[in-house]
Amino acid sequence: MAKWFETHLPKIVLAPSFIAILIFVYGFIAWTAWVSLTRSRLLPKYEIEGFIQYERLFDSPRWDTAMNNLYIFGALFIGVSMILGLVLAILLDQQIRVEGAIRTIYLYPMALSMIVTGTAWKWILNPGLGLEAMVKGWGFETFTFDWLVNPDMAIYTVVMAAIWQSSGFVMALFLAGLRSVDTEIIRAAQIDGIPTWRVYVSIIIPSMAPIFLSAFIVLAHLAIKAFDLVIALTGGGPGYATDLPATYMYAMAFSRGDIGQAASSAMIMMLVVFAIVVPYLYSELRARND
Amino acid sequence: MTDVSATPAHAAVSERPQGRSFGKIALRWLLYVVLGLFAIYYLMPLFVMVTTSLKSLEEIRTGDLLSLPRELTFDAWRTAWSEACTGIQCEGVKPYFWNSVMLAVPAVMISTLLGAMNGYVIAQWRFRGANIIFALMLFGCFIPFQVVLLPMARVLGLMGIAGTIPGLMFVHVIYGLGFTTLFFRNYYVSIPVELVKAAKVDGAGFVRIFFAIFLPLSIPIIVVSVIWQFTQIWNDFLFGVSFSQAGTQPVTVALNNIVNSTTGVKEYNVDMAAAIIAALPTLLVYIVAGKYFIRGLTAGSVKG
Repeated sequence: MAKWFETHLPKIVLAPSFIAILIFVYGFIAWTAWVSLTRSRLLPKYEIEGFIQYERLFDSPRWDTAMNNLYIFGALFIGVSMILGLVLAILLDQQIRVEGAIRTIYLYPMALSMIVTGTAWKWILNPGLGLEAMVKGWGFETFTFDWLVNPDMAIYTVVMAAIWQSSGFVMALFLAGLRSVDTEIIRAAQIDGIPTWRVYVSIIIPSMAPIFLSAFIVLAHLAIKAFDLVIALTGGGPGYATDLPATYMYAMAFSRGDIGQAASSAMIMMLVVFAIVVPYLYSELRARND
Repeated sequence: MTDVSATPAHAAVSERPQGRSFGKIALRWLLYVVLGLFAIYYLMPLFVMVTTSLKSLEEIRTGDLLSLPRELTFDAWRTAWSEACTGIQCEGVKPYFWNSVMLAVPAVMISTLLGAMNGYVIAQWRFRGANIIFALMLFGCFIPFQVVLLPMARVLGLMGIAGTIPGLMFVHVIYGLGFTTLFFRNYYVSIPVELVKAAKVDGAGFVRIFFAIFLPLSIPIIVVSVIWQFTQIWNDFLFGVSFSQAGTQPVTVALNNIVNSTTGVKEYNVDMAAAIIAALPTLLVYIVAGKYFIRGLTAGSVKG
């Protein structure tokens, strides 16, 4: 008995976590998938009715807005964060004297809660008292910057705050990448008299392809899950102009009492995440096992 | 894992002022100016938060965003800590701050310990299927949590811990396991298996090898895991807002309620003070142990 226990102890130790993951991740996904195929409203029902919830979802103008916002937000947030991160990393890679301090400053927003970030930017972008009022106070009486309360522009304030929060992290990723490039090749190129900018464009940046992919995956993941920032900054408003899939799902689940819609929108979110993450993880795991 | 703080490896790339030509020096200056401007950009919101929190409401209305407070006042901080209203209750963020502490500390310890044991088993006691189990746990890290919110709300109800701090703790432990296991597995996988074999020959068992050999080796990764989990749990809003109720809410939820409460005069200085209070613990961790913080951030994304 004791012998059996000793040989099986590793499995016994791992079992609770594994069972928990099976139930609380995979079982719950299955539950949500199942309910997304029913007529559930305030309470879950379990008779499968087909794809009615998804039809309702795709007919919903609010979901349409949420998905459109996700495209705008995702494209700008990922694109600008990557460019800014790369530029900052290259600038910081020039033997800067106070590099450590600058890195610390660029990266600290990542330690903040999105709710804190949202609160700060909400105040800065407040048209009556924030940036707009300040510029007006400088004498530019006609200056307006009311994006926060303008339904057409409010989503861009979310982009601004998100870039502020995450671009330093992308910088850190790229900086690590720059530092891991083979120095021999670079030295050889320099001996050949190739200018620094060309060394970056033709040698260093192309060799960082895996880092670009990692940064993209992380940012895309952050974009799809974006929730707190919108809640704190705009509350999804004005109206539902800045709704994202995550806020739509939350509204359906906890304030509208529409479980069917909540489940189907959550499933769409998961499919989008999986379409991006699964190929990446698969290749990572395979590369590791090789 | 690639460490950001490594010294510039290809120092050769950057220009060395051999010629000291005017152009090179000007370029160097420009570089520092640009880096300085970006530093101002990242610091500006923090500066605005701090100065706004130290101004009176009167001064906020008449002054501008970037001006320093004419008269320092800590009233907003006192209000934010112990008087500000989150909905109907007006006790400030204090009780919610302690909720977050009581939530985060045990949740961080439990998930790190479980992650260490899981990582130890997966990396060093490989059995058939261990890799599949690891892959399944890893995928669990990436799901959007919206997909588990509804069933979790029901299960917490069935377990009788809905709306309680232990309930929220349970949720954070479960969904933190994937990451903590990943940290420890990747750390232990580089330790040669011969170590375990030798210890076994000497008669040490599974438990003793873990506590006597592996745990003492793991200080750096324990720090990474603790910082990662603490930041995640402290800064979480989605689980907090979904699974807590009045009285058990974490500080992020309370902050959001204070900022968005519609009753009375909008006190921007109080909002800012509350935001800083909510941000202080993770900021402090970042300042004290930034290296480990970055390592946690990059562990899942940089191959190594």
